Amino acid sequence: MATASLTTRRGISPSARLVVLNIASVVGGIALWWYLAEHGFNFPTPPEVVEAAVDLWQKGLLQEDVMASLGRVLSGFLLGTAAAVPTGFLMGWYVVARGIFEPWIQFFRTIPPLALLPLVLVLMGIGETPKIFVIFLAAFLASVISTYQGVVSVDRTLINAARVLGANDWIIFSRVVVPASTPFILVGMRVGLGSAWATLVAAELLAAQAGIGHRMQFAQIYYDLPTIFVGIVLIGVLGLIMDRLLLAAEEKLTGWQERR
Amino acid sequence: MTEQTGTAPRISVRGVRKVFPLKGEEFVALNGVDLEIADNEFVTVVGPSGCGKSTLLNILAGLDSPTSGEALVGGAAVNGPGPERGVIFQQYALFPWLTVRKNVEFGLKTAGVGKAERRERAEHFISLVGLDQFADALPKMLSGGMKQRCAIARAYAVNPEILLMDEPFGALDALTRVKLQEQLLDTWSAEKRTVMFITHDVDEAVILGNRVVVMAARPGRIFEVIDVDLPYPRTEEVRLSPEFSELRNRVWTAVYHQSEPGEH
Ligand SMILES: Nc1ncnc2c1ncn2[C@@H]1O[C@H](COP(=O)(O)OP(=O)(O)OP(=O)(O)O)[C@@H](O)[C@H]1O
Ligand SMILES: [Mg+2]
Repeated sequence: MATASLTTRRGISPSARLVVLNIASVVGGIALWWYLAEHGFNFPTPPEVVEAAVDLWQKGLLQEDVMASLGRVLSGFLLGTAAAVPTGFLMGWYVVARGIFEPWIQFFRTIPPLALLPLVLVLMGIGETPKIFVIFLAAFLASVISTYQGVVSVDRTLINAARVLGANDWIIFSRVVVPASTPFILVGMRVGLGSAWATLVAAELLAAQAGIGHRMQFAQIYYDLPTIFVGIVLIGVLGLIMDRLLLAAEEKLTGWQERR
Repeated sequence: MTEQTGTAPRISVRGVRKVFPLKGEEFVALNGVDLEIADNEFVTVVGPSGCGKSTLLNILAGLDSPTSGEALVGGAAVNGPGPERGVIFQQYALFPWLTVRKNVEFGLKTAGVGKAERRERAEHFISLVGLDQFADALPKMLSGGMKQRCAIARAYAVNPEILLMDEPFGALDALTRVKLQEQLLDTWSAEKRTVMFITHDVDEAVILGNRVVVMAARPGRIFEVIDVDLPYPRTEEVRLSPEFSELRNRVWTAVYHQSEPGEH
């Protein structure tokens, strides 16, 4: 009732209305889950899931898993982005670099990074390296193309404007090409982070001694559904938080863009 | 650079032809263009859309090179842009991620001007074009005319001896336009610059220039050059004189009745 009167009241902004609807939808969804769990579906109820989470927390396993997963995804993602941005710039700037890198990037782009895991495990053993490597690859492949596209689509007149104002190649690169392609890079990073996160969890399911994916895999053996649910919710929530952080960075760094 | 002798032109364009590839064919944007602009001369260029005005300006700016013929500035062949030539682009070309102030400071920064002086000079030119209140605004918050004024301030700030201006006042209201025209003439007579000024406004071409170059399209070429023997400063009196209206009629006829006799 309260929500209905809120949304119809005049003066409420569309965004506030949207938030109210979002909350209502989430609450309704959880209620539906609860209802279905109580009526014949083989689900744990929300309180059982919370209980499992608290239990994992008290044993210190939850923190350990989250730290392990985040540590892997962030190191892989940061390395991947750090390699992708200069590579993308080189490809956009020098025809030679484009000629050399492009076939490889196009080829590996069509392979899900996870499909390389068996090979990587054989080559790199079963420590942290192979997992971080596939995440690196996922993040790299997503960012490198968008950086390259950002560089080649820099408005020619802006480069000309800088040139007539006395800019040399380095100044054009650092003060025109870099800022002009930042929106593209950030979009690539967001896609890259999403892809890295998905790859990570899957990699942990296959081979890990800790991490959210590993916890779920372990729970599966014991038919421990609440723990599996905890894992799913964690993956979703952490993924969402990371995406929102990048979105905030994107808004801050690319707020100069004219949106039509 | 050594002092030019009185007769040496500051800018000379000799037999310039510019061909662009267009759908596998050749499109002749400029053909047989000869033009000399003396030191401290103010030359305006008018002509129908697509007659190659911007192409000619780009060649002089060093952003494009002629297919054949040559362009010389100060006696030397143009080979890329130079600090002595300031350019105002038809499309403003402001850096959208920089504030008005940072845009105006851009050229000073590349020239290695110190922070304090940079700020002071930028301030001066920003208020010259009346953007004081918007000094810290991003280009996306400016109207078309304000963007154009920012681009003008940016070009003026580096104090170039030669100004190449591509319809710089095109998007301005009548009042701002007249104010900036007067401002431009003031700076020009006080500090003596060489100016090539493209416009599609016949009145503006006559009120500003020592000479009006009328161009024609297909192929882009110079159709007629009209001397403007009006005294500076071009006061309101001059603007209202019969000599002025006679000249503007001549330019108007040259621009809009190009098919009729008038070959030079
Ligand atoms: N890079 C290019 N590639 C192909 N054609 C071009 C290029 N630049 C200009 N042209 C062609 O050359 C002709 C002259 O263009 P230009 O921009 O010099 O015209 P203009 O006189 O400045 O016109 P306007 O008054 O509309 O600005 C046009 O027909 C245009 O299509
Ligand atoms: Mg033009």
